[in-house]
Amino acid sequence: MRITCPHCGERDHREFYYKGHALALERPSPDAGEAAWDDYVHQRENPAGVTRDLWYHEGGCGAWVVVSRNTLTHEVLGTQAASEARA
Amino acid sequence: MRFSGLRVLKEGLTGNKGWQPHWRDPEPKPEYDIVIIGGGGHGLSTAYYLARDHGLKNIAVLERGYIGGGNIGRNTTIVRANYFLQGNSEFYSHSLKLWEGLEEDLNYNVMHSQRGIINLFHSDGQRDAAARRGNMMISQGDDAILLGREELRKMVPFLNFDDLRFPLYGGLYHPRGGTARHDAVAWGYARGADTRGVDLIQNCEVTGIDIENGQVRGVQTVRGPIRARKVAMVVAGRSSQVAAMAGMRLPIESHILQAFVTEGLKPVIDHVITFGMGHFYISQSDKGGLVFGGDLDFYASYAARGNLPTVEHVMEAGMALMPMIGKARVLRSWGGIMDMSPDGSPIIDRTHIDGLYVNCGWNYGGFKAVPGSGNVFAHLIATGNYHPAATRFRLDRFRTGRGIIDEEGKGSQHNLH
Repeated sequence: MRITCPHCGERDHREFYYKGHALALERPSPDAGEAAWDDYVHQRENPAGVTRDLWYHEGGCGAWVVVSRNTLTHEVLGTQAASEARA
Repeated sequence: MRFSGLRVLKEGLTGNKGWQPHWRDPEPKPEYDIVIIGGGGHGLSTAYYLARDHGLKNIAVLERGYIGGGNIGRNTTIVRANYFLQGNSEFYSHSLKLWEGLEEDLNYNVMHSQRGIINLFHSDGQRDAAARRGNMMISQGDDAILLGREELRKMVPFLNFDDLRFPLYGGLYHPRGGTARHDAVAWGYARGADTRGVDLIQNCEVTGIDIENGQVRGVQTVRGPIRARKVAMVVAGRSSQVAAMAGMRLPIESHILQAFVTEGLKPVIDHVITFGMGHFYISQSDKGGLVFGGDLDFYASYAARGNLPTVEHVMEAGMALMPMIGKARVLRSWGGIMDMSPDGSPIIDRTHIDGLYVNCGWNYGGFKAVPGSGNVFAHLIATGNYHPAATRFRLDRFRTGRGIIDEEGKGSQHNLH
């Protein structure tokens, strides 16, 4: 699997640390309540198919990257800097 | 049809023409008392113990593919009870005791081989941790022996004892641990459940779960609707998809775990050996193949196959631990879909929907749990109460933060186990 870093280009996935679903970018407010925080920390859609997940280019430029990826085939469909994805 | 020495002899002398299929292939009935979604190891054993221990007969197991075609046929077959934390330790102890009586109970040769497991350690600190774990195993009533370096060398002389990074200081030996023939476990439970009247329905994918006023009413399948008073979801790596049919989200992320088998060799590795520092473990199957694996690939996946960096890592760890393995040729590799939970421990519980039960979160350790999981899950479904060996596998522990079972002490979030 090769991931295209928005800054460095296409790289081996070994350069990246996997965080998990890009839900990580949608941090609830501190007083959002137990259910919202449970959804954020634990509950997952965990799709069999296209997903968006968050990778950290640890062995490269240090960017957080949102990767659109198919979990059934490992096809990488597209990438975006996390700062842009959240904007 | 029962197996016996006499029967095997008679069939052998008469051309093996008298063997019958081990289970029926029934059409689904319109209604059952209990429908179990998932005909893997855990689903089959759940059905078996519902019939054996609770006298229930009107049960269907719905399997999307074929019996034995999921993770029960795609694992590294290790059976053990060497857990540290309450919650896990009494459960796996219970499961190991069921393993020890399983062949007689099922009248089926599951090739359960208590060849012993050795967890290696490489420093004084790791030795202390191994001693502590061993004491917890003994206090649970199971067995553990702390091996020093020279005792270890007598048992497994072929290991690389003087690796500069991870020199071998000894191992924690669990003599009652071992392996079993994974397919035979599925077949034995399938036959046992079928003989007791359970309908095993293959090629029957569930497409919906019917719920009215907070009560489960049945399921929709590719072979038509089936009504049921109780429905149990036992689908391992596909837990999130099935739970979504009931409008639920689970604290599960599905990952790949790869495993490898070499060509058949003469007996060379007598035990199961784990090299935690290299994320590597190995045993030798009765056919002679070296069966080994490592850690997750570490990204969510349903591909049932992994990528090459993990293959390389596992091979390197194997070479570091036992250089002789370099002479063996790898025959095949595969990937299983692991239902990873945030704390690395399973979930066996009710749901907020009446009559709907969930069994998932087996991470990369579901095989050894097959007898125990089905046994305690059947108890919960039949009686409504938690089995004493499985009171802590609660679905709500993540939300509340109470009763987290974090065996590895890493934390309770998805990318840590």
